[in-house]
Amino acid sequence: MKAAVLSFPGSNCDQDLLWALSDIAGIPADLVPASATDLSGYDLVCVPGGFSYGDYLRSGAIANFAPVMAALKKHAANGGLVLGICNGFQILCEAGLLPGALQFNESLNFICESEPLTVVNTNTAFSGDYQPDETIHLPIAHGEGNYYADPETLAAIEAKQQVVFRYAANPNGSLNDIAGLTNAAGNVLGMMPHPERAVETLLGGRDGLAMFTALKKQMEGAAYATRRA
Amino acid sequence: MYKARIYVNYKPSVLDPKAEVIKNTLARTGQDNVQSVLYGKYFELELAAADKDAAAKQVDNICDQMLANVNMETYRFDIVEEARA
Repeated sequence: MKAAVLSFPGSNCDQDLLWALSDIAGIPADLVPASATDLSGYDLVCVPGGFSYGDYLRSGAIANFAPVMAALKKHAANGGLVLGICNGFQILCEAGLLPGALQFNESLNFICESEPLTVVNTNTAFSGDYQPDETIHLPIAHGEGNYYADPETLAAIEAKQQVVFRYAANPNGSLNDIAGLTNAAGNVLGMMPHPERAVETLLGGRDGLAMFTALKKQMEGAAYATRRA
Repeated sequence: MYKARIYVNYKPSVLDPKAEVIKNTLARTGQDNVQSVLYGKYFELELAAADKDAAAKQVDNICDQMLANVNMETYRFDIVEEARA
């Protein structure tokens, strides 16, 4: 069981994610630079938050052309677990590993708040340790978290129950209150809220921890009724 | 040498909050006859290519793969031949 945390120039949540994985959840994890070209040996690859390449052109657009991305796409295509948080979510959308795109927040404000979320799908590798329809609180910190997909794509996402987290009080204009979703296969998840910033009571809450414990069990081979099974 | 002039805009179905702010500000300053505002990106690329068709094909690919996110944006461009220096 091993996780990778990718680090792009401008990533700024990579150390937090590494700490949440290894120090809190007990998942051995390496920091892997964007220049790497091989991700074999990793069961889970995490794409952290931040402002990769300064968010030039569009958030995540330049990161999509980083050397490591070919290996990430291969890992995802082989059914490997991928978790993208905040800028990581934006990168996964730009890379076509997740449907849709993230637009400027409707208010045009950068929003840094704790947000209530509803866990609407616990039948994934990422969310099996939450209760169905549980309300959790995770911090968000983004200017471009307004989820958009065209009507056909949105309908397909809902039909396949790819939405995992919805905002209880939509802060940014996301269509269908989408805060986090998986690909159709269920092995890639992207979300704007930050579970890695909510793993210790001392730092304001532990509602993010269940994601990492679920991933750990998944990697240890526990029986989870995921779509991959 | 060819010059590509590229325009990238949000799809009409995407609400662009920045364009809305501009439109609202125009209305607030008495210019409420402005019916719509489109806020986009403009790029100029200079490239060497065998001919105009080859340049257009390459630019189309660049737009599709990098300059526009076709999930939420559309693009158009024109190509002009530039006199060699």
